[in-house]
Formats: sequence, C-alpha cells, structure tokens
Amino acid sequence: MVEFLQFTLSGIVFGMIYAAIALSLVLIWRGTRLLNFAQGGMAMLTTYVAIEVIYKTHSYWAGFVIALVAGLILGAASELTVVRPTAGKPELNSVIVTIGLLIFFEGLAGILFGGQYRSFPAAFSVTGLRVSSTPLGVSRFDVFTVVAVLATTLILAVTFRYTTAGLRMRAAAFNATVARLSGIRVGRVLTVGWALAGLLGALAGVLVSPSTFLYPNSMDAIFVLGFTAAVIGGLDSPAGAVVGGLLLGVGLSYVGGYLNSDLTSLVALGVLVIVLMIRPNGLFAGARMRRV
Amino acid sequence: MSSGTNGSGPAVGSDRDGAAGGSDRDGAAGRSASLAVDGLVAGYGEVIALDGVTVMAGAGSITAVLGANGAGKTTLLRAVSGMIKARRGRILLADHDVAGRSPEQIVRAGIAHVPEGQGVIPELTVEENLRIGMMSWRRGPRAGRVAALEEEYARFKPLADRRRKPASTLSGGERQMLVIARALLARPRVLLLDEPSLGLAPRVMAQVMDLIVQLSRERGLTILLVEQNARSALAIADHGVVLNLGRVVASADAAILATDVALRHHYLGF
Repeated sequence: MVEFLQFTLSGIVFGMIYAAIALSLVLIWRGTRLLNFAQGGMAMLTTYVAIEVIYKTHSYWAGFVIALVAGLILGAASELTVVRPTAGKPELNSVIVTIGLLIFFEGLAGILFGGQYRSFPAAFSVTGLRVSSTPLGVSRFDVFTVVAVLATTLILAVTFRYTTAGLRMRAAAFNATVARLSGIRVGRVLTVGWALAGLLGALAGVLVSPSTFLYPNSMDAIFVLGFTAAVIGGLDSPAGAVVGGLLLGVGLSYVGGYLNSDLTSLVALGVLVIVLMIRPNGLFAGARMRRV
Repeated sequence: MSSGTNGSGPAVGSDRDGAAGGSDRDGAAGRSASLAVDGLVAGYGEVIALDGVTVMAGAGSITAVLGANGAGKTTLLRAVSGMIKARRGRILLADHDVAGRSPEQIVRAGIAHVPEGQGVIPELTVEENLRIGMMSWRRGPRAGRVAALEEEYARFKPLADRRRKPASTLSGGERQMLVIARALLARPRVLLLDEPSLGLAPRVMAQVMDLIVQLSRERGLTILLVEQNARSALAIADHGVVLNLGRVVASADAAILATDVALRHHYLGF
C-alpha cells in the first residue's frame, strides 16, 4: 500500500514534467501543425543557461527566472529565424528544420559547456517527505515541481480562455484565414506561441535536471516521453497534454516500480506506437475531424 | 466596357459610429467609400486566375460578381482583401491604393472579407467569434467594444440568445449572420461577401439578401457580392459584373444584365 502510494506520487511528479513538454509541443502544433523536434534541445540549452547563472550568482532563483526568460527568447528567435522561412513550403521542410535545430543546439551546448555530465541543483530539499515516519517517496522539490507546472499551466489556460490576447491565439490556431481577415497578425501570434513553448521547455528542463544530470543529450529521453504524453492527449488539446503527461508518468512509475525500471522506455515507446496506430487523434479526441 | 460608378446607393451612412465610442480608424471612419479595382492581375503559382479585371463599385452600392465556377470570383475577393498578392493593377479604396498590402492592413483600411462557407470557428463561443471581428481595432475603451457587440446583438437577435454557446450549435442561417456580424464589427466601409447564400434554405436565403440590402442602405456599406445564384444577386444589386476565365465579359446595371437573355444563357445559367 505504501509502495503504491509512493509509485503514484513520484509518477505524478514525473508526469508533470512530461506534461510541461507535451504542452509546449501542443502550443506549436496547434498554431502551425508542426512538431517541434528541437523542443528538448531548447530545454537543454536554457537549463545550461540556468546552471551558469546559478554558479555565477549563487542564487537558484536568479538562474530559474533567467532560464525561463532565455526560453522565451530562444523560442521566439527559433521561430523568426529558422522556422518562419519554411512557412508555405512542404511540411517536411519545417520538420527537417526543427531536427536540424536540435542537432545545432546539442552541438552548440557541447562546444559552449562541454559534454560531461553536470549535476543540477534543486531549489528545495530532495530528501523524501514523510507522514508520521511513512516515507512518501517524494521530496519538497518534487512538490515544487508539481506546483510550478500546475501554476504555469493554469496561468496559460486562464490567459487563453479569458483574455483578448488568448482569444487572438486561439483564433489564429483554429482558423488562420479568418484570423488574418479579421486583422490578427498571425505571424506574431506564432512567434508568441514558440516563445511560450520555449518557456515551458525551460521550466521542464530546470525541474527535471536535478534527477537526470545535465548534458547535451539529457533532454532527448524526456522529449520522447513528453511527445508520447502529447500524442496520448491528442496534440491539439492543452488539457489533453496535461492528462496525457499524468497518465504516462503514473503508468511508467508503476511499470518501473512493480516490473522492472529497464522496461519504462520500452513501454513508453510501445504506448506511443499503439496510440498512434489505434487513436491517432488522441484518447480524448471528439468525433469531429479537423478541417483541412 | 465598365460603366463606372452608378451611384444609386445612399450618400452617407452617418449614424453608425454613434454607439461604438467614436472612431479609431485613420481619417474617414464611418463614411462610405467607393472601391475601384483597376486592371487586376493575380493567380496561384503559374496559373493566372485574374487577367486584368476592372470593377468599379460606387460608394454605398451593391455590386454582384457573377460567373461560372472557376471564373475568378473568389480569387477577385481574395486579391482585394490581400489573401493573395495582386501581381499588377490597383485596388483603390476611396482614392487610396491598397494593392500589395497584407490582409491585416487591408481590414484596418476598411475592407472586410467574409470568406465562403468557412468563417465560423465552431470551437469558440458565438461571442468569442464576434469578438474576433474587433481584433483590428486599436486599443480603446472596453465600453466601446461592449457597445459595438450589443449593437450587433440588437440587429441579430438569435445570436444574442446564444452568445455563450459554442458556435457549432448554430444553424446555417445563424452562421451566416455570425460571419456577417463579425465582419461588421471590423467597422468596414467595403464588405466583400463570398456566396453568402450557399447551402441555405430559400427562406433563409431571402433573409440574408434582405440583410445585405439593409446594410448597404442603412450603413452606406459598399458591397461586393459574389454569388452562384445570379438571379437573386441581380435582384438586389445596383450593378453587375460577369467574369469568365479571369476576365470581365460584361459590366452593367443589374437590371440590364438580368434581362440580357444571351448573357444569362451563356454565363449565368438562368
């Protein structure tokens, strides 16, 4: 019973990280029908920014905030410089461009920061919390992880749902023609989408790196899991991304805990393939197919 | 060939900015404006879809744009609203050339385009769909936006009743109301309507046609009306233009076109 609780809680923590990556992928997918393969690379690069700032300033929070800002800038810059020119060209072009971007980011990180594994600090204690001597299997930092991702998600959801800027983004995502004809600068909206995706990636990177170490490829596996979560949720749905992240996190935690931790990546890939084969629109897709 | 402006619309729509908290558009907000398309050439890739099209729409008039499928009617509207680039020619709004500008700029200049059959965003509520129509406004007091919305709700009662409902729940006629109301919220002087009667029941279609007449008479809107149904379009239009394979083959008073048996037989199918 205690074991089950521990697996569940730690599954939720990792699930929130996957959810953050999934959400960042959804933000870009909704606007451009493009899967950003560079998402993990962007997250990794901004996490390096965080670690450098933390070492220079001895302040975790300075690193945290600057990483998020760097994520915003990196996302917007990627869209403006590399992705924008592929608009209106065959879809494969932009896919290849984001893969190229990933390779570029990982190479750049190797050159700037070296290839060795670096440990990344956590904001709070990583020793396990207990309830009257029963270990919960999660730490204070894990709680922070969950709260940070939930808060960010909530802020985004409220912004999208209740503000004019949010309506502008939704309109551009659902129907770019109508948006343009109504005077919405769709290009600008896409840049903002990429910036927010960069921010979410940075958040995920900073939150996951204390438990994975940081190195130029450190986010690759997280990206695959985030992508799987997004696919489970349907790629189109921010809420689906969060639910997909949680399902995947908890499910993999059980697999790792009760079966064998070597199996988790295998199971994740299996889930990805099965969902894509059986429910390519995600588990929560409505009856309506997307318009062309 | 073109008979130019025929000036049968009302002179000035003067009352429409009263409730909307003043104007925020450059210069002549609220005044009627003519639209003159002059020698327009446009197309898709190698294909020339418009080959030197000239259309003169007098301020406050209704101009029916007719022709068979593939004649270039929709392309004409898309070129005027900037969705495709004009390769040659001028698009004069009042005396101001807007050719080559982006759709975002053109709607701000005062031309609103209601595209064919795809304008409603079903995932959004009715009110959210309408609010999109005000995205071209410069920042202004919230009260002005609310008043503008209420003005449209007053005109389109069925929309008011369903403002919080998803737009996917609207009927075909209500959807057409929604996209027209949204276009009006951009406070245009020229309205481009692409097949507004498509897929509507005859009774609803008659209502939409009445509405178009009303908009031109009351608001002084200059309307370019693309219609497959030439008979009903000519019945409400002041002027008609017939396109064939990207060229203007006839341009005259609507009443004259409607009685031209040879033209009707060849191009209009009635």
